[in-house]
Amino acid sequence: MTSASLPPADLPGLDPEWSRIVSAPDAAGTPRNWHVLDTGPSGPGEPVGTVLCVHGNPTWSYTFRSIVAALGDTWRVVAPDHLGMGYSERTDRLHTLADRIDELGSLTDELDVKGPVLVVAHDWGGPIALGWAERHTDIVTGVALLNTAVSQPDDASVPPLIAAARAGRMLRTVTQRTRAFLDGTLRLAHPALPRDVAAAYRAPYREAGRRRAIADFVADIPLETDHPSRITLDQVGEGLDALRNVPVLLLWGPRDPVFADRYLRDLQRRLPQAQTHRFEGAGHLVIEDAPVAAAIARFADDLAAGRTRELRVVPALLPTSSTERRTLWSGLEDRAEDSSVAVVEMGRRGPARAITWKQLASTVRDLSAGLTAVGVRPEDRVALLVPPGADLTAVLYATWRAGAVPVVADAGLGLPGLRRALRGANVQHVIGVARGLSAAKGMGLSGTYISVGGFAPGLRRALGVDYTVAELAQIGRQLPTSTTPSVTAEAAVLFTSGATGPAKGVVYRHAQLEAQRDIITETFGIRPEDRLVAAFAPFALFGPALGIPSAVPAMDITKPATLTSRAMADAIAAIDATLVFAAPAALRNIVRTASTLDQAQRERCGRVRLLLSAGAPVPRDTLRAASLVLGGCEAHTPYGMTEALPVADVTLAELESGGRGNGVLVGHPVSGVQVAISPLDPTGAATGALTDTPDVTGEICVRGPHVKDHYDQLWATQRDSARDHGWHRTGDIGHLDPEGRLWVEGRIAHIITTPAGVVTPVGPEQRIERLDPVRLAAVVGVGPAGRQAVVAVVEAPLQDKGVASLDLTDALRLAAGVEFAAVLVVDELPVDIRHNSKIDRVQVSQMASEVLAGRGGALS
Amino acid sequence: MTGATSLLGAGVAERLVARGDDVVALQRGDANPSWPHVRGDIRDAGIVDKAMRNIDAVVHAAARVSVVGDWDEFESVNVGGTQNVVDAARAHGIPRLVQVSSPSVAHFGEPLMAADADPADPDRAHGHYARSKAMAEQLALDAADGSLDVVAVRPHLVWGPGDTQLVGRIVERAASGRLVLIDGGTALIDTTYLDNAADALVAALDRVHEVSGEAFVVSNGEPRTVAELLTRICHAAGVPGPTRSVPRSVASGAGAVVERTWTATRRDGEPPMTRFLAEQLSTAHWFDQGRTQEQLQWAPKVPLAEGFERLAASYSRHNV
Repeated sequence: MTSASLPPADLPGLDPEWSRIVSAPDAAGTPRNWHVLDTGPSGPGEPVGTVLCVHGNPTWSYTFRSIVAALGDTWRVVAPDHLGMGYSERTDRLHTLADRIDELGSLTDELDVKGPVLVVAHDWGGPIALGWAERHTDIVTGVALLNTAVSQPDDASVPPLIAAARAGRMLRTVTQRTRAFLDGTLRLAHPALPRDVAAAYRAPYREAGRRRAIADFVADIPLETDHPSRITLDQVGEGLDALRNVPVLLLWGPRDPVFADRYLRDLQRRLPQAQTHRFEGAGHLVIEDAPVAAAIARFADDLAAGRTRELRVVPALLPTSSTERRTLWSGLEDRAEDSSVAVVEMGRRGPARAITWKQLASTVRDLSAGLTAVGVRPEDRVALLVPPGADLTAVLYATWRAGAVPVVADAGLGLPGLRRALRGANVQHVIGVARGLSAAKGMGLSGTYISVGGFAPGLRRALGVDYTVAELAQIGRQLPTSTTPSVTAEAAVLFTSGATGPAKGVVYRHAQLEAQRDIITETFGIRPEDRLVAAFAPFALFGPALGIPSAVPAMDITKPATLTSRAMADAIAAIDATLVFAAPAALRNIVRTASTLDQAQRERCGRVRLLLSAGAPVPRDTLRAASLVLGGCEAHTPYGMTEALPVADVTLAELESGGRGNGVLVGHPVSGVQVAISPLDPTGAATGALTDTPDVTGEICVRGPHVKDHYDQLWATQRDSARDHGWHRTGDIGHLDPEGRLWVEGRIAHIITTPAGVVTPVGPEQRIERLDPVRLAAVVGVGPAGRQAVVAVVEAPLQDKGVASLDLTDALRLAAGVEFAAVLVVDELPVDIRHNSKIDRVQVSQMASEVLAGRGGALS
Repeated sequence: MTGATSLLGAGVAERLVARGDDVVALQRGDANPSWPHVRGDIRDAGIVDKAMRNIDAVVHAAARVSVVGDWDEFESVNVGGTQNVVDAARAHGIPRLVQVSSPSVAHFGEPLMAADADPADPDRAHGHYARSKAMAEQLALDAADGSLDVVAVRPHLVWGPGDTQLVGRIVERAASGRLVLIDGGTALIDTTYLDNAADALVAALDRVHEVSGEAFVVSNGEPRTVAELLTRICHAAGVPGPTRSVPRSVASGAGAVVERTWTATRRDGEPPMTRFLAEQLSTAHWFDQGRTQEQLQWAPKVPLAEGFERLAASYSRHNV
């Protein structure tokens, strides 16, 4: 048999210094030569501990090169090739799971592996590594698992790829005689592996004779209950209890045809202490697809520092005994006998539907009891695929009342985005209109399907509807009220706009949403006699929580720009509204269509006392014009984000007298909310300690009782955003002025790092946009970080496309006070889907880089 | 000082004389500068040797600069000439050599954005000039050892009043309506105002011991689009800027034809377009100046805007 050897010296990312050959006995007691990547204990100083990396099939220790590179200086990183795999000895025997667990133990004894040990495992290396860990609980300090499994979950069919490879006599053909299984696995990378990296994965498996263990490994997967390795696998699964005090991090690539999300859920059930980071878009080879090594390095840091894993902010939120808790539906219960209108849905010709407080309160009570009765348990996640209006309001409050967690993803994410969001959020039940349930079915969401409205029997069967909302209310009518969820129970999963990468799930607890309601009430002076026109998705649902009637205008609420002034006026008239909440894009359209209002409508509009617009910066002129349509009412534009809303608030009057500064003035932090700045270093990273010193630019950090609890299954993202204890890092940059007002200067991702220092985009953009020829501007960097040149890209309708004229260039440089390397004129700048007003500066920067590189990139 | 009759070489020599250094120029022509000179060709090892007696430091700026011509000539002047300078420096125990090089020695056609001074590579450099300068830079830097300090300085697109190479040709072509942009002139490039380049070479002479064996790109550190640069130069000269643009493929194709006919008909002077020129005018190439400024302890004193004003002033004097 072929002995162990060293890998070729030129494999990308693999330092030959890391490799060594070690002899240790196999399960039969025969000495065998192993190839091991091992960075210690030869380095200077004592390593923090050992990172033991266990590969799966058909890879080898090469797959862990990024971990060796990231951690090899501080930890001893040990990554062996299993016997018969990689560059370890080829043997003439079958190594079962039990053998491999024994063999790994012999090897770590031989290597004198000392604790603390952080175990990292991928694929079928998982059961081997966990089997090893269960025998070494005295030295195991942490476990990180990458797309693996310890069992065949009951609800899971055999992974198709494995089933194909296992099919009868095909096994040796697929896995050994040909490279089909090897190449098939390497093709699972997203994006495709660079040619030289794929070649490195293949290097130890060039001849069929060297691939025997690949076939054996597949044959050893205990799919059948009578498989010889089944007992070992079950023992590993059952033994996980021995690791209950060990921190576990699950790093997952969901685009995996082998280990789909259900295997993740199985691991989460078995390892309740586990933290999860699901890398959207990554697949089976998650370590190639996503920054896994960086996440493991942070995990290792935490373990070394003895930091516990609690990054959430809940304990501070428990209400003090002096105040009586008001639940999200307390406002509804207060008016349970009130026969006046609570929610009005507007149609094209007047009110389409209205429900009273009494109706809403009883529906919510009955429906929630019904949900509980049919198995919707506390903290179960429920996708709500219902357009804003009376039905969504009832369903939302009933879900809350039942203690379940509504998952609210708006259609603005698009179907693929919605699919990613809902699958990632692990929803167990779906409540929807026909279109919503049909989409859910298309996404492969499983669980209880509940329809809003009754369908024809055929459609009902086709969509797999288990209950209608009416049926549930009927069921619940006779039953006791559901138990009230605690303030620390999860209350909602909302999604970010996904403007920068996949939408992130944001988890709120009841205390946080209750605090949000209270902050909104106080900030905008909302009184019981107020009445609200809600043309802005999150607030469209808040009426009952605020205890005031609300009307949803006739519009596509996911497309704010579809709100006309007439639709708004009709909604105002329907409830004699005093408050209007609308998105910035909606305001523009209201102003544009204001001339279509008749005298009576104008008078109705004139009775509104407060206009509120949030979601994106609102140009002062737009806010003023919209306020004038509403009889010159007070206008506010609060600042906030999906993770914390509102953070700060500013009125039109303050904007008009606030002077000019570098950025957008968003006002004073609202009551109960603290804002601090984390200053930027020269590379544009917000590394500075939090400060409230005026005129220091950095990342805006927020603390308050209504800030999000955590990001859903995004451990590394959550860890970064909450790295200052109790604070949320917003990803926005800005500064506080001497009066304590906050100015927003852009996004962290949009910082421009020039040799002369950091430039933030919003201030220069605003100064440019004051020039007559310029309609819209984006200021971006081109070139590598730290050496960037600043470029202005503008919409200037009367100018030629391409490099701007010298006159315009000079004017822009003068106005901005920035020496732009170039000024480019384009027809249209890309804006985000949800708000239709935030410029996608990353895309602009890429486009500008192409054009200015001279690659003839299109100026569009 | 070799190449002291060029605009840049003269600028360096003037600065050295002004601060009290004794300058000896090696030059072919009979221009009569205000400092001592030896007449002769850089290709003549004997003359080079003679010129470098009793010398403390060499600034080697002499070169054949052109976008066309026979390889033999580039090789003999740029490579052979540098070899003669290095040999003479060794023979006379001269401790300091500043090799005037070019960013083109490490530019292989791809866009460069805030690039470093990557190693010269004759095999990949485009065109005879760049290739010969790459060989020259390599042999000069390879000569650096304990007794001879060598630094290579690569000034990027030097221009200023009196410049016939770059400014003169642009203005001449614009005046006759033959100046066109390639691909809209959107490529970002950086350039060097003459005085800044001369200052940088003097700084390199003073810092050669500390930075021996290294190469530095020198520029104003103010990248601009080709369209803006050409237009500003034209406006400074009082002629209209370019208004037409052709696609790169067309320019490159035309360049190939011109190169062939130019060589076939043995015409003198510079052709209106070559493939190399088409590439240079349509591909980003600008360079990070952080390391250059730190290591040479130099910074450009004349910003682009002031450079253009000075250029305009020089043209209005000529026109009066």
